[in-house]
Amino acid sequence: MKTRILGITAVLAVVAATLYGLFGVPADLNQGDAQRIMYPHVSSAWLAYLSFGVTALAGIGWLIRRDLRFDAVAVASAEIGVLFTALAIWGGMMWGRPVWGVFWQWDDPRLTTTALLLALYVGYLLLRRLSDDPARRATRAAVVGLVAAIDIPIVHFSVIWWRSLHQPPTFLSPDKILHPSAPLPFVLALVGMLAAFTLAWTWLLIRRYQLARAELAREEAIRGGLVRRARSAPRPVAVGGDEGSVAQSKAPAEAAR
Amino acid sequence: MSDVGFVIAGYGVIVGGLAAYAALLLRRLARARQHRSPGDDGA
Repeated sequence: MKTRILGITAVLAVVAATLYGLFGVPADLNQGDAQRIMYPHVSSAWLAYLSFGVTALAGIGWLIRRDLRFDAVAVASAEIGVLFTALAIWGGMMWGRPVWGVFWQWDDPRLTTTALLLALYVGYLLLRRLSDDPARRATRAAVVGLVAAIDIPIVHFSVIWWRSLHQPPTFLSPDKILHPSAPLPFVLALVGMLAAFTLAWTWLLIRRYQLARAELAREEAIRGGLVRRARSAPRPVAVGGDEGSVAQSKAPAEAAR
Repeated sequence: MSDVGFVIAGYGVIVGGLAAYAALLLRRLARARQHRSPGDDGA
């Protein structure tokens, strides 16, 4: 019930933030209306970072505690992170074309490291499909999730470390978005969209976690069913005692000669 | 509104993508829970 209320609140918040971003806040003096894409683009990028950070922490949780609930959180957050990374890239492309004149540029470190981030976590999700053993799968995924998380600070600081088309970081730089000179409607639009998307992310994470737990329970039921069936299956009856069964088992081998 | 096509494409895909994923997630969850119903040993 609480999750349902959270979902409804998130929908209303995203709708309100979208309408405000599209029609409430004035157009940027230099970039015009294209700058409106910044609000969902930055919010998506923030949630991509958060998702992969949660995946890494949950992976550490699994490696220490060996509790599959951590692995369920990790996979849930990774899948949602892939979604938000793809949405952030899309938003960046739609903003970049009218402002930079190009959708994409492989020379740009922010764009390239973000594409790498997406590829790493798609790989993470694919890797999970390679094993049916939940413990082995969780261990492999935790290690990959930790290694892949190294790319998060690289993406974030790429615009500081290297020359880039991309502007410097917007969030985690409070002096920029909360600067006294920043017009209030722009700050409200960005903070409102961040809050709305974070609510939606929380709801998605809860539901995806529930799905991961349900899938694990189903896997265990299938495994348990197979074991029960194997145990209850009738055993082969030895005809004529042990010698007979030995003779039966030897017969095909002798026939093969 | 200038660059209206890019603004609509940006918002449409991001907000629409979120909505589509949420709907798909609810469907997957309902299906997974259905499979766990009593009497189903997963066979």
